[in-house]
Amino acid sequence: MGDLWLGIWQACVLVASADADLIEISLRSLQVTLTALVLASFLAFPLAALLTVRRFRSRRLVIAVLNALMGLPPVVVGLLVYVLLSRAGPFGVLGLLFTPTAMIIAQVIIIVPLIASVAHQSLRDLWHDYHDLLISLNVTQWQKMRTLLWDARRALLTAALAGFGRAMGEVGAIMIVGGNIDHATRVLTTAIALETGRGDFALALALGFVLIAMTVLINLAIHWLGRTEREGRW
Amino acid sequence: MTQLLPLVLQNATARYRRTTVVGPIDLTVDGTGITVVLGPNGSGKTSLLRMMHGTARLAGGSVTWACDMATARANQAFVFQQPIMLRRSVLENLAYPLRLRGLNKSKALDQAADWADRVGLGAILTRPAPVLSGGEQQKLALARALITAPSLVFLDEPCAALDGKATREIETILTEALAAGTRLVLTTHDMGQARRLADDVIFLLRGKIHEHGCTKLFFDHPKTSEARAFLKGDIVE
Amino acid sequence: MTRVFLAGLLLIFSAQGGKSEQFRMAVTTSFHNSGLSELLLPKIKSDTGIDVQLLVVGTGQALRLAKAGDVDAILVHSRAAEEAFVRQGYASHRREIMYNDFVLVGPSDDPAGVANVTTANAGLTAIALTRMDFISRGDDSGTHKTETGLWADAGLDPDGFGAWYKSVGAGMGAALNTASALGAYVLTDRASWLNFGNRGDLELLFSGDPALFNQYAYLPVSAERHPHVRATRAARVEDWLTSPASQKMIDGYTIAGQKLFVFNAQP
Repeated sequence: MGDLWLGIWQACVLVASADADLIEISLRSLQVTLTALVLASFLAFPLAALLTVRRFRSRRLVIAVLNALMGLPPVVVGLLVYVLLSRAGPFGVLGLLFTPTAMIIAQVIIIVPLIASVAHQSLRDLWHDYHDLLISLNVTQWQKMRTLLWDARRALLTAALAGFGRAMGEVGAIMIVGGNIDHATRVLTTAIALETGRGDFALALALGFVLIAMTVLINLAIHWLGRTEREGRW
Repeated sequence: MTQLLPLVLQNATARYRRTTVVGPIDLTVDGTGITVVLGPNGSGKTSLLRMMHGTARLAGGSVTWACDMATARANQAFVFQQPIMLRRSVLENLAYPLRLRGLNKSKALDQAADWADRVGLGAILTRPAPVLSGGEQQKLALARALITAPSLVFLDEPCAALDGKATREIETILTEALAAGTRLVLTTHDMGQARRLADDVIFLLRGKIHEHGCTKLFFDHPKTSEARAFLKGDIVE
Repeated sequence: MTRVFLAGLLLIFSAQGGKSEQFRMAVTTSFHNSGLSELLLPKIKSDTGIDVQLLVVGTGQALRLAKAGDVDAILVHSRAAEEAFVRQGYASHRREIMYNDFVLVGPSDDPAGVANVTTANAGLTAIALTRMDFISRGDDSGTHKTETGLWADAGLDPDGFGAWYKSVGAGMGAALNTASALGAYVLTDRASWLNFGNRGDLELLFSGDPALFNQYAYLPVSAERHPHVRATRAARVEDWLTSPASQKMIDGYTIAGQKLFVFNAQP
């Protein structure tokens, strides 16, 4: 219990004093995760829409693989990205290992299946509703996808937030590909792992509380944005 | 208006899970006016409409138009028994078919607002369509079908769940569309509606056209015993 | 509203400043946990202008990173592995910088009697004979390698030990926490122990045997094998680490009044 109270107290002190290191790693966490989220959404949403409206032969297989990949251990993703980006690996010449870019790549791989899978489920329901109308209006595949994506945008936001939560709290993969370098690739989760390894549970907990608070705040902010957009319409 | 008609069905058949649900049908839809398809439940009315519209897969025979298929699809519309509302506002629902055709947004919204006024939805332009009443939804669906000025509109039981007021409003819109030169083909359970609107009547039974003739003749002198029984209100299978 | 949000995003993304001369070095967890790096790095930056980025890993992973050319230099403490590394041509040479020592830590009531022995060898033998709980890092780190070396010196093989020998596969801090929770013995470097600050019932029971001395060495990654490594910077960092300025900081570093490292680089 001592560690818990000490952790809460330290979290308050860190936030209240606007600790420079805390701000730096928090901003980096946000930067890496939000970039990964935007990229992953750009990949996952059209993929989900395509899986919804197109009946190609391997569609069921792709959906099954996608669902399976949702449970992929991040550490494995981290290792794969590490092996690919290492100087000894195929993309070594890019020199991306131990940079925020490498962390973004790993996070994108981790959250694309999650976002696509959740998005696909809501798009499938909407497609069930819209099917007859859109077929009757003789719309193109592209128009179908656009219509579904636009009208399901609130559900897609939820899918994106699920991805955000997972990316924000992820540690295994970004530890491996980012290296947890101070002032370069250290983010909240890897800092927590570091402090835990050092045995400083109170500081680790404090960082954990900051992480939770940030995740909640971002979620609230995005829901609030969704509501203002809805005003006068829904 | 594009020359769509005559629409000619030859030996046309539609199947659903290996059972023939409608056909073989030989039918020509031409000229102007309203054709009403009557028949007991399960006689294949909806399937016939979908087959003509091109959204039910043809299992045999042919459905041909006076123009090419793409032009034909672009100049017809379908109104469903259960209105399908896009999860958007009334205005955006109306503008949707116009936007699909590449009309720019402000023009599309202007036209949509015009049509909303015409069908009596002008006061609720920004309301989300899925929360409208059944009558409002059906008026919206009808206006959305008519907004692209199609040559031919199919309507599947457009007034099935509506009260008298809403039914009258729908029929008024249909009569106006007819006056503007739109050919209409609709199914109904409402004999009164068939008498009021139809120029000719198709009596469908067991997936086949049992009788086809002008309205007055069909109602006053049905040729077959099944049609007589149907008009009397007996159960016909 | 959306604009406020976008402005916030912009702020986040513009927060990353410009970069100076970068240099990547893999160091062991034990060195980093000592806290010495937090003093050395800013000094290296102000003296040489080189921004040393530390990758804190186990010795095993440090050697792998260097082998793949993913870092420019390593600072580790596992002599046999280091010498093999230089022989295989992955590093151009090995330069000794400093040493610290390992200590044996255990429950304060000391059921195995480790506090009474005179050599590390005898201490470990006592633990094995009484079958008291012992926490092993089990992560192929320098500390772990030292530990297995000590068991070998005592003529014992950890593979044959029973359930009392717990291999946790974790860093020093985590291993100390586990030992504290279980009231078990553990071999730790002195710096980690002091920084750990004796949570729970653990006590330092044995230290001072030369067999427990822990030599740190600096190995620049071979530029012949990996032309992209920043060899000039590696040489400048090496020059600094072996300089009198470095000696002053390393010898002067204390935790709780105790000196941790002894500078022993040959000029």
